[in-house]
Amino acid sequence: MLPTIPRSNRYNWSYQLYIFLFFVYLIAPLVVVASFAFNDSLFPSLPWKGFTWDWFINDTQPKLGLFHDRSLMNGIGVSFFVACCVTGLSIAIGTSNAFLFERYEFRFKQFAYILLLLPLVIPGVILGISILVFSNTLANGVEDHIGWDLEFLRPGLLLVVLGQFAFITTIATLVISARLKKFDRSLEEAAYNLGASRFEVLRTITLPYLRPAMLGAGVVAFLMSFENFNTTLMLVGSDAPLTIAMYDRLKEGSTPVLNAVSLFLMLGSALLALISILVQKEK
Amino acid sequence: MNSSQTRLTLILLLSPFLLWLGLLVIIPHIDMFFLSIREKVAPRTYETSLANYAEFFTEPFYWNTLARTAFMSILATVLTLIIAFPVAYYIAKMLRGKTKSILFLLCLLPFWVSELVRTFGWMILLRETGVISSSLQWLGLIDGPIEFLYNDVTVMMGLIYTSMLFMVVPLVSTLDSLDDSLIEAGYDLGGSKLSILKEIVIPHSMPGIISGCIVVFMLTLGNYLTPILLGGKSSMWFTGQIYTQFITRFNWELGAAFCFLLLIVSSTIVWLGLKLSGQTLASTVAKS
Amino acid sequence: MSCDLECQHLVKQFDKFTAVDDVSFSIPKGSFFSILGPSGCGKTTLLRMIAGFYEPTSGDIKIKGKSVLSTPPNKRPVNLVFQHLALFPMMSVAENIAYGLRRRKVAKAEIDQRVKDSLERIGLPDAGSKRIDQLSGGQKQRIAIARCMILNPSVLLLDEPLGALDLKLREHMKVELKQLQSQFDTTFVYITHDQSEALVMSDQVAVMNHGRFEQVGTPQELYYEPQTPFVADFVGESNHWEATVSVQDSQRTTLTTTSGLSIQTQTTSNLEIGQTVNIYLRPESITLGQEQTTADNQLQASVKSVLFDGAKSRAIMTNNDAEEIIVSLPQTGEFSDLKAGDKLSLSWRADIAKVFTNQA
Ligand SMILES: Nc1ncnc2c1ncn2[C@@H]1O[C@H](COP(=O)(O)OP(=O)(O)OP(=O)(O)O)[C@@H](O)[C@H]1O
Ligand SMILES: [Mg+2]
Repeated sequence: MLPTIPRSNRYNWSYQLYIFLFFVYLIAPLVVVASFAFNDSLFPSLPWKGFTWDWFINDTQPKLGLFHDRSLMNGIGVSFFVACCVTGLSIAIGTSNAFLFERYEFRFKQFAYILLLLPLVIPGVILGISILVFSNTLANGVEDHIGWDLEFLRPGLLLVVLGQFAFITTIATLVISARLKKFDRSLEEAAYNLGASRFEVLRTITLPYLRPAMLGAGVVAFLMSFENFNTTLMLVGSDAPLTIAMYDRLKEGSTPVLNAVSLFLMLGSALLALISILVQKEK
Repeated sequence: MNSSQTRLTLILLLSPFLLWLGLLVIIPHIDMFFLSIREKVAPRTYETSLANYAEFFTEPFYWNTLARTAFMSILATVLTLIIAFPVAYYIAKMLRGKTKSILFLLCLLPFWVSELVRTFGWMILLRETGVISSSLQWLGLIDGPIEFLYNDVTVMMGLIYTSMLFMVVPLVSTLDSLDDSLIEAGYDLGGSKLSILKEIVIPHSMPGIISGCIVVFMLTLGNYLTPILLGGKSSMWFTGQIYTQFITRFNWELGAAFCFLLLIVSSTIVWLGLKLSGQTLASTVAKS
Repeated sequence: MSCDLECQHLVKQFDKFTAVDDVSFSIPKGSFFSILGPSGCGKTTLLRMIAGFYEPTSGDIKIKGKSVLSTPPNKRPVNLVFQHLALFPMMSVAENIAYGLRRRKVAKAEIDQRVKDSLERIGLPDAGSKRIDQLSGGQKQRIAIARCMILNPSVLLLDEPLGALDLKLREHMKVELKQLQSQFDTTFVYITHDQSEALVMSDQVAVMNHGRFEQVGTPQELYYEPQTPFVADFVGESNHWEATVSVQDSQRTTLTTTSGLSIQTQTTSNLEIGQTVNIYLRPESITLGQEQTTADNQLQASVKSVLFDGAKSRAIMTNNDAEEIIVSLPQTGEFSDLKAGDKLSLSWRADIAKVFTNQA
């Protein structure tokens, strides 16, 4: 049960086989998705018809490549926009929440902490629906009483951003709080003692210390927003983010262009992962 | 810092927190609750009643779906635990240094890829014209194409796949904190593999097991994509039913009631799990 | 005499608990003032009030004659060297030292020059570009002091800055701190629970206990003339006995300890026959060996055990199973083969033992 304790060969061998199979199970779908992006066939399935870049660069039907596929490219753009908004918002509120919970005592703090965790416990579909219901109530109320049709309260990008922001903020808060907890308060006092104002202390000492956590939270937030499906599905309007566009395409029956876009997503994630590892190194 | 300044900053920090939670989480759920307890009696006239909840209990298809969803989620949680434990143990206790961190990162890999992409991968592998079916035909093991999609086993496999990360990570971290010398002492005192596992390793990793299970259960119960794509139309997953009520049938009242039923089932089972294991929600959820 | 720092009747209460209780003192310009006391006696609380991190419950703090109670900590002309130094890990050494000047919006060129000077002064001219975690403990210490001194504070406060260092380095830094202080010619207020640090470095030492100052004086005064039992016990080491006054004349008082040892001391006015008192006698004030007919106290004792500790070696002696007496062993070679059971004669002067009445 430990590498230092001798074991029978058969036991060893079967344990390692199990681990091997586990990782095959873990990686197989990803490898399959990636490799069929280069299959020169109209369907992402065997037989292998030879290697091609068509699913990225070809500009004519039926083998319309990713870079010429208007709806998918548009989806990437929308997702990128949404992810940027969600990341910015959730880092801002996450940082503020982290200070609130780590630095201040107030009544019902315990209860507030449970509330803070709530968005992680509620299934994404329900979170999306509840926001849909509420914004609809608001929009109808305004329309009935004042007669204005508030377009932004109808399903669309604003609601998508708000829906994702609702639960991603909790994650950002947890990540940033964890680092703030480790902060040595005497650093702030030292800076204050050396003549810095409260604001300068925050700007020159506390925030630089939190920066790796804020960047880390940002990477996670961006990724979760980009990949989110459940909450988005309920709130989406006419502008479809990438996951929704892909889902629609998947229901129609897919061509390897979906593999191409998946590969693109994986590379993007890998890049983000790399950034976050570099950030970890920095601290 | 004087106290009025402290109060001011407290209010400044408290207001975004309250706005965020209030407007995006709490009030929407309250609103949804009111929606769930009203009944359309005539066009644009409503009454407060429990009719939507009554409909759920009188229509077997609905509560069957919920029961099935809950049961499959519990099963998926247990299976995930059984599959993940040896792997987590291997990573935490059998490996050292670089290999260890590489394998651990490999476990996190699926998290970095969208659930949609992962599920798409399984569809390519498992469908009638998919990789596995073609390979088996090519090998001569089967005569015609086989459809592996759209059955419960496949849905279960997909759910386990999606949940794996949330089980492996807490397990590895608690197992990591188990001192090797405890296992060695167990051996030294004449324990067998099984007894050491039962009396030393599992009791120690209980917090990790509980938090992994709870997170996996909640995620599985609320999952939408995997059961719908891998299970198809007949998958009978409760979130699918909610989607149908809201988007396809446009019966929001019933859909809202369904949302609450799902939340109730989810929190009851989680609460039971926490009670039985003596842990708190904060300690489990915050960890993952 | 001009005073850099003056505290008047300072009190600090946390809820019901009084951490600092009516403390008054004044420190002349350019001196090294130590506050010595056991853990939890309120030293840090006192220092934080001076720095401005706590508001006193009552009392006043004056720096260069002006009350600073209404001045926030970032404007007070005092700087604090923290117990764990609190060097900013995200900045280089030079940036750390320049931090205060940057806050004062001093011109870049001047900052660079002054940082360079200050690094030279503390003997680390090449350390400017290093990261904090590349420094040794003693170097960090000097950087923390330089970071404060570059602002020319009227008073530098140091909160047990040697606490985190190992023993050897601590011995070394004691000397170095004293040198730095005379170099900068600034008033240092130094907090410690280590009496040797306080005695070696200070011009004046205040001994603190339960939030109060027990005695303020030079190291010599504290050592030779303790005013309270606490000081006698806390500064240096002492044999401590309870005794009653049995015989008294104008010159000599004879005290008898609870187990019957009789001790001659100098008569002081406040003693009466039959009163219970506490006697404090330093192990190093006892002469070992030769019979000295002139000595006021003289007795035969046998060695119970020898506690060898290099220069600080001691022997525990007993006299007919009466009180145990701890005696310092001079390391002149004479007593190097002393062992349990050996008989020796002990003697000491009457005026060397300190006597306190119980209620003192
Ligand atoms: N913020 C506070 N609230 C309540 N009590 C406090 C607070 N700060 C300190 N105290 C109490 O005041 C007393 C003195 O604390 P202080 O930190 O001044 O001791 P100290 O002399 O510096 O001890 P040490 O040598 O251990 O650092 C302690 O009993 C402590 O419990
Ligand atoms: Mg202290």
